[in-house]
Amino acid sequence: MIRKSWWKIASFVLLLYTCSYGFMVEVPSPPGVPLKETIRNLFFHVPMWIAMMVCFTVSVVYAIKYLRNQQASDEIYSTEFARTGTVLGILGLVTGMIWANYQWGKPWSGDAKQNGTAIALLIYFAYFVLKGSLQDEEKQARIGSVYNIFAYFMLFPTIWILPRLAESLHPGGLGSEGNPGLNPKDTTNNMRMVMYPAFIGWTLLSVWITTLRIRVQLINHKRLNDA
Amino acid sequence: MMHKGIKILSLLLLLVTSSAVQAQEAVAENADLMRSNGKIYVVVAVVVTILLGLFAYVFNLDRKISKLEKNS
Repeated sequence: MIRKSWWKIASFVLLLYTCSYGFMVEVPSPPGVPLKETIRNLFFHVPMWIAMMVCFTVSVVYAIKYLRNQQASDEIYSTEFARTGTVLGILGLVTGMIWANYQWGKPWSGDAKQNGTAIALLIYFAYFVLKGSLQDEEKQARIGSVYNIFAYFMLFPTIWILPRLAESLHPGGLGSEGNPGLNPKDTTNNMRMVMYPAFIGWTLLSVWITTLRIRVQLINHKRLNDA
Repeated sequence: MMHKGIKILSLLLLLVTSSAVQAQEAVAENADLMRSNGKIYVVVAVVVTILLGLFAYVFNLDRKISKLEKNS
């Protein structure tokens, strides 16, 4: 059967709950806030970013681990987590653009947070370009890991710090309180009952998919070494 | 092993479809859940179906990779 399965089942149950109750839960529609039903995107758009951050964080931890002891498996972990993180980032950006099109009038408003995440994602694209351009496996792993650390520390200012300093269409920009992803005024306790399970569920699913890729890569690596 | 998997899958599929048919009949009888609330439950049904398919796919991949791991 499948390996270490309890958290995989947990991700299934949590996402089933998110994708059914998430459409039924009462959402507030305070006057002056034009979000209406779109606030339900909180259960789908925001978890992409949470899962992305988790993936990139795990990736950088394994990159540092690789640099410390040159284990090939650490490098595989690091690369595959960065890959999933990038995919989630693209999904987050696209879903955000769809939402923005109907909320802010156009898909791209040059919002501090939009620009910041676009830059962060481009930096991660460069990670794969850099790795792809190197032939030697050891060099690829070493330079890739060093660049991964750099990318992670660029990710932080671009998506956590800069959007808080600049005027932003997202909640929590300059002059307003709270964090740039969530506005406490728009969320109720009922919604939090779906939101946090959604965060955990989507994160677990992305970790699951990543572990599948990692396991394939590990098998490949072993075969190459045996041959 | 493979045949067993297909058997289990088709059994599940049958179960799901038959229960869906039953649910539809029940709905037709006692006025509509699926048509209430601006038909939002239709969207729920679609999303849940996609989710089930996605998880079935990932689950199958997981099992196949486990098999590969055992062989290598």
